[in-house]
Amino acid sequence: MSARSPLARIRRYPSAVAGLAIILFLVGVAVYTVVAIPHAQAMADWRGGDQWRMNPANASPVWTNRLFGGNAPPTLTISSDGAEVESAVFEGGRQLRIPLAFDFAYDDFPSEMTLLLSVLGTDRPAFVQATWERPDGSEVRLGAHRIAGEDRIAISRNRALEGRLGQVPHIGLFTDQTGPGRPAVLPGTYRLTLEAVLFDPGAELRAELVAFGRVHGLAGTDHLRRDLMLALLWGTPVALAFGLLAAVGTTVTTLVIAAAGVWFGGLVDATIQRLTEVTMILPVLPVLVMVGTLYSTSIWLMLGVVIALGIFSASIKMYRAMLLPLRNAPYIEAARAYGASDMRIILRYMIPRILPVLIPAFVTLIPTYVFLEASLAVLGLGDPVLPTWGKILNDAQAQGALYNGFYYWVVAPAALLMLTGLGFALFGFALDRIFNPRLRSA
Amino acid sequence: MSAPLLAVEDLSLHYRTEAGVLKALDRVSFELDRGEALVFLGESGCGKTSLARALLRLLPRNLAEYSGRVSLGGTDLMALSDERFRREIRWSRVSIVMQAAMNALNPVVRVGEQVAEPLTIHAGTPRAAAMERAARALTRVGVSADFMDRYPFELSGGMRQRVVLAMALITEPELVILDEPTSALDLLTQAGIMNVLKRIKRESGTSFILITHDVGTSSELADHVALMYAGQIVERSPARQFFRTPAHPYGEALMASVPRLRDRTEPQPLEGTPPPLIDPPAGCRFAPRCARRFAPCDRPPPEARLDDGRRALCWLHGGAA
Repeated sequence: MSARSPLARIRRYPSAVAGLAIILFLVGVAVYTVVAIPHAQAMADWRGGDQWRMNPANASPVWTNRLFGGNAPPTLTISSDGAEVESAVFEGGRQLRIPLAFDFAYDDFPSEMTLLLSVLGTDRPAFVQATWERPDGSEVRLGAHRIAGEDRIAISRNRALEGRLGQVPHIGLFTDQTGPGRPAVLPGTYRLTLEAVLFDPGAELRAELVAFGRVHGLAGTDHLRRDLMLALLWGTPVALAFGLLAAVGTTVTTLVIAAAGVWFGGLVDATIQRLTEVTMILPVLPVLVMVGTLYSTSIWLMLGVVIALGIFSASIKMYRAMLLPLRNAPYIEAARAYGASDMRIILRYMIPRILPVLIPAFVTLIPTYVFLEASLAVLGLGDPVLPTWGKILNDAQAQGALYNGFYYWVVAPAALLMLTGLGFALFGFALDRIFNPRLRSA
Repeated sequence: MSAPLLAVEDLSLHYRTEAGVLKALDRVSFELDRGEALVFLGESGCGKTSLARALLRLLPRNLAEYSGRVSLGGTDLMALSDERFRREIRWSRVSIVMQAAMNALNPVVRVGEQVAEPLTIHAGTPRAAAMERAARALTRVGVSADFMDRYPFELSGGMRQRVVLAMALITEPELVILDEPTSALDLLTQAGIMNVLKRIKRESGTSFILITHDVGTSSELADHVALMYAGQIVERSPARQFFRTPAHPYGEALMASVPRLRDRTEPQPLEGTPPPLIDPPAGCRFAPRCARRFAPCDRPPPEARLDDGRRALCWLHGGAA
């Protein structure tokens, strides 16, 4: 053993430095997430709902454009606030003409189109007629609507329009109708003109045309329009906390129990060994599936069950083998002679002796529990309210993500899981070489 | 004369082995006064270490019998519960320097903390004060306080032995048991440690029990000598008389086997081996090896008390039984 601190020795192993960098990065992300997105807000957002209505569903991350050289459209929102509104007053009301113009020169269609209308300053409903004008001058009537208060007109789901266009509206409206074969985007300026009649001179009409894109954010969105970034970020602290707590919980209890068994021997040791043998044949995953199905899928309960099953785990056998030669070591007998209590001998004399050899195993144990938590979530036994990596994978599987080509939905959480495993493995294996003298190559 | 510090009567310690019950200590009795050094002398396997263990109740798992009366300054040690024994006797009043003491240090604890450990355990002394006393204890046995921050493996054997000694003395116990404290050391280191012990004995008034097979080492410290053979004390004599004229033939044979500086007599090795402790001879246990054996030796010898304070389990000194 050299007097050099372990930290100084870590620097000589590039893999350890890389592993440590990955772990620190993940910890940084976890800390940032917990601070930036409070727990309650994350839970509420993940439950889904109105806050996501301006997001496209199943959109790829924006970087896919760069990666594959495509030019898929982002979500475009054209508001009446900046439009040149023509207004004419008549007795008992106003007539408005609102042009909503925008350039569209992407090589893919929007994923959906919605028109948001709100009538302000009156209780009386307004009549709105919408006309679509393509860059080539051709016009399509989108029909008339009676609007009271706030309304949301899903242009994409207009069956009549779909019949007239021969295609779903958000594709048909952007297609050059003359060309044969596969529909292509007609680039240029599109204009949606709204002609409205309001039955109150003081009334206003606000309009927003939303052409939902094919790409969104750094992580894309899922079928419920939720930004996957939320779950990718929040999955980090959850995964690290679960992995660390489970690893600490099982290692510490197992170590103390193994040491107590070795120290007291006799009946205590025999009982511990038999309990261990029973636990060794208990299949962990099915037990967790049962708990999750029959009782609760709370992540803390799962953590408790994982630790409980890990207390009398097979590692007791290994620790016992390592501790047995220490039991009769002269220095432990000396400790007994100078009146050290059983507890003190176990905690201060026996355990510290084998700790250096266990630290690497402990580090590599952490990702095992991270994977276990993800596995449970993939099986549908994840915490129902918590956004986690496993949860994303579970949703992706349920929605047939890979079958539908939403590869990003699977790739991102899987990559993070692998990164976690890689980081801890690199670090743990290097620690093994540092702490375990037998592995030190000459 | 006041009551002795330690009075041991009929102390027995038997182990269960596959071959039968091994009587490591067979009804051993002795006394020890305050400030006195009693040397237990004997060959390997005669029960010396078992005696040390029995006094500190460090019993093995294959224990068959542990009985007798042990009284330390009026306290009946055999009546104490294990927990009270641990708290009130071990190191508080009786400490031990174990055989192979060099390995008796926790390899992952620094020397200073290690020496302070008994104080922390027993008196709950705060860390700073304990460390200060550890530094003093180390200096007292001739180890510089600079070594406080070292780990045991960074010290030499003699140094480690001194550290262990410092540990045994730090709680200022009434009695220190030294079990072969110098057996693994070279002569110069041995002498150094014996000098430390002599000085401490002179200064502190601590009582010592020194267990050794080395006649030379024992003569340096001893006030009284207890000669052990096959689980029994066969002679108890004042040191001065013992080293000149032992009362027991075994003592004579042992003294004859020691090489002498100012004497031309050749050392005489003692032939044979001690009897098995599982099934010792019915009569005098030394009889099979004894040069002065005669008829009564087939029966257990009585304890003969000689005028000059020597006592021996031997028929040679008469005795009515």
